[in-house]
Amino acid sequence: MGRYIARRLLQAIPLLLIISLVLFVLMQAAGDPLATLGGRQPPRAEDRARLARQWGLDQPVLVQYLYWLVGNDWAMMDSDGDGIPDQPGTRKGVLRGDFGNSLVTRQPAMEVIMERVPNTLVLMLTAQALIIVFALLVGIYSALHQYSLMDNVLTGCSFAAFSMPIFFIALFSIYLFSIRFKAWGLPSFPTGGMYDPAVGRTFAQVASHLVLPAMSIALIDIARYSRYIRSNMLEVINSDYIRTARAKGLRERYILFIHAFKNAALPLVTLIGLDLPFLLAGAVVTERIFAWPGMGRLFLDHLNRTDIPVMMGLLMMISVAVVFFQLMTDIVYTWLDPRIRYT
Amino acid sequence: MSSSELSAQPVNLKLDEDTLPPQSLWRMTLRRFRRHRMAMVGLFTLMGIILYIGVGSLIFTEAFANHNDTRLRLQPPSAEHPFGTDTVGRDILARTIYGGQISIIIGLFSVIVAVSMGTAVGAVSGYYGGKVDSTLMRLTEAMLSIPTLLLLLVMAKFFSGRIPDLVIFGRTFSGSVLVIIIIIGLTSWMYLGRIVRASFLSLKESEFVLAARALGVRDRQIILAHILPNSMAPIIVAATLGVAGAILTEAYISFLGMGVRPPTATWGSMLDGAYQYIEQAPWLWFFPGLLIILTVISINFVGDGLRDALDPRSDKKV
Repeated sequence: MGRYIARRLLQAIPLLLIISLVLFVLMQAAGDPLATLGGRQPPRAEDRARLARQWGLDQPVLVQYLYWLVGNDWAMMDSDGDGIPDQPGTRKGVLRGDFGNSLVTRQPAMEVIMERVPNTLVLMLTAQALIIVFALLVGIYSALHQYSLMDNVLTGCSFAAFSMPIFFIALFSIYLFSIRFKAWGLPSFPTGGMYDPAVGRTFAQVASHLVLPAMSIALIDIARYSRYIRSNMLEVINSDYIRTARAKGLRERYILFIHAFKNAALPLVTLIGLDLPFLLAGAVVTERIFAWPGMGRLFLDHLNRTDIPVMMGLLMMISVAVVFFQLMTDIVYTWLDPRIRYT
Repeated sequence: MSSSELSAQPVNLKLDEDTLPPQSLWRMTLRRFRRHRMAMVGLFTLMGIILYIGVGSLIFTEAFANHNDTRLRLQPPSAEHPFGTDTVGRDILARTIYGGQISIIIGLFSVIVAVSMGTAVGAVSGYYGGKVDSTLMRLTEAMLSIPTLLLLLVMAKFFSGRIPDLVIFGRTFSGSVLVIIIIIGLTSWMYLGRIVRASFLSLKESEFVLAARALGVRDRQIILAHILPNSMAPIIVAATLGVAGAILTEAYISFLGMGVRPPTATWGSMLDGAYQYIEQAPWLWFFPGLLIILTVISINFVGDGLRDALDPRSDKKV
C-alpha cells in the first residue's frame, strides 16, 4: 500500500507539470493584461514597455513559465530597460509557494483567491449536503418501490432535471420564489448577493441568501446521484447475502439499512470523492446569476482582465485538489471494501 | 408496469426471435429501439424541433431575425411577436429558429470533433499499449483534472477574434461558431477515449484479431476494419449523449458572454444578459431555455434507448 501511494504521488508530478504548462501557454495567448490597465485610457507606450519589463511579460513564454514555476531570484533581470541585466528578480516561484501578484489588485494572488474560498465553500458544501441527503432519500425509495407509480414519476423528474441547464433552474427559481412570491405577498427569498449590506453579514442573512443558489446547484446532481444509488441498491437487495439475511429472519429495516445500504453506498464514495475538488471551482454560472462572491465569479472577473497569476493559482489549486482527492478516494475505498487491493 | 407483465415478457421475446427469420444486427437494434417508449417519444420531439427550425426558416428570413428596432424593445408576447421581442427589438420567435440551427450545428459538429479525437486516442492507446498508452492516458487524466467550464472560458478567450466570419451557402456565420465547435470538441473527448481504450484492450486479445494478425494484416487495417466496428455500440451511445452535452455546454459559454458573437444567435447567446430582465421580461429567457431543455431531454432519451437497443445485456435498471 505504501509503495502504491508513493507511485501515485510520483505519477502526479509530471501530470501537474503538463497541466500547468498547457494552461500557462493558453493564458499567455488569451489576451494582453496591459491593454485593460488604464481603464478607458490606454497606457502610454513607454509605460507599457516599463510595466511589461517589470512584470516579465516581455520574456518568451517558456522563460515566463520557468520564472512562474521556480521564481527568478536566481537570475539577473534587466530593471531599467538598457538591455543589460543588472539585479536579481524578486519572485520565488510556485514551487516555493509564491503565485505572484495579481495584475489587477497588486495583492498576492493566493490572498485574492483565499478571500473567496470560504464563500464558495459555504455555498458548495451546503449544496453537496443537500445532494447527498436528497439523493439517498430518492434513490433508496425508488429502489425499494421499483416500478411503482412514484418510482416512475421520480425517474421522469430526474431525467428532466438531469437535462436542464443550471441557468434555467436558477432564473426560474428567482422568478418564482423571489419575484412572484413577493408579488403574491408570500415570504420571498432575496435575489442575489450573499447578505444585505444594510443588515450586515449575519447568519440569518447568509442562510436566506443561500437557499436559492444552493437548491439550483443541488437539483441536477440530486438527479444524477439518485440514479446511481437506485441501481446500486437494486443490485444489492437482489443479491444472495440479503436473501440469507431474510432467511435468518432479521428485521427488514435492519437488513436494508445495515446490510444492504453499506454496500450500496460504496460507489457513492467514488462519486463524492471525484466531485469534491470541483466544488472549489464553484458554480461559475450560478455564482454569476446570484451575484455570489465566490471563486467562480472571481475567475470570470479576472479572466476579463487577463490576470494570469490569479487564474493560474485558481486552476492549479483545483488540479492539485483533483489529484489528491482521486488518491484519497482510492485509499478510502480499500478500507471500505477489503476485496480491493492495490499493488 | 406490474411484476406479472415483467416476468411474462422474456418468454414472448424468445418465441418472437425464434419464429422470425434471421435479421441483421441493425434491424434487431431498430426493433428493440422501437420498443423503448421514452426513446420514441424523444425521437418524435426531436423531429418536431428539427421541423420547427427547418420550416421556420422558410417563413422568416434571417435578416428579419437579426433586424432590430429599438422602438419595439422588450415587447411582451403578442399576435405580431408570439414570443415577444428582445432588448434591441428583435423578434424572439425568429431568433429561436435561427439560434436553434446554430445550436444544433454546434452540438453535432463538436461531437464529430470529440468522437474523432476520443476514438483515435482510445484506439491507439488500447491497441499499442506500453509507453504510447501511458503518455496518452496521462494526457487524458490531465484534461480530466482541469474544470471543463473554466478551461473552455480560457480557450474561448484564446481563440476569440482569430477566425474571420465564414460564408457558407450564402449565409454568414460568425467565426466564433467554429471556435466554439473546436473547443467543445477538444474538451469533451476524454470519457469516450477511455471507453474506446477499454474496448480495444479486451478485443485485441480475441481470436479474430489473432487470426487477422496471423494472416499478416497490417495494424492500421486491424484497428479500422476489425476492432473498431466491434466497439461501435458504446461510441454511438456516447456520441448521441454527447450532442446533448455539447448543446448545453454551448449554452453555458454563450450565457457567460464568451460564446458565439452577435448578430449570429444561438439558444445560449439569446440568454446572455437575460438575467438582468428576470422580472421585466421573463419571455427573454423562458422560450430559448425551454427549447434547450426539450432538445436535451429528447436527445438523452434517444441515447438511453440506443444504449438498451445496442446492448441488450446492459443494465436496464438504471
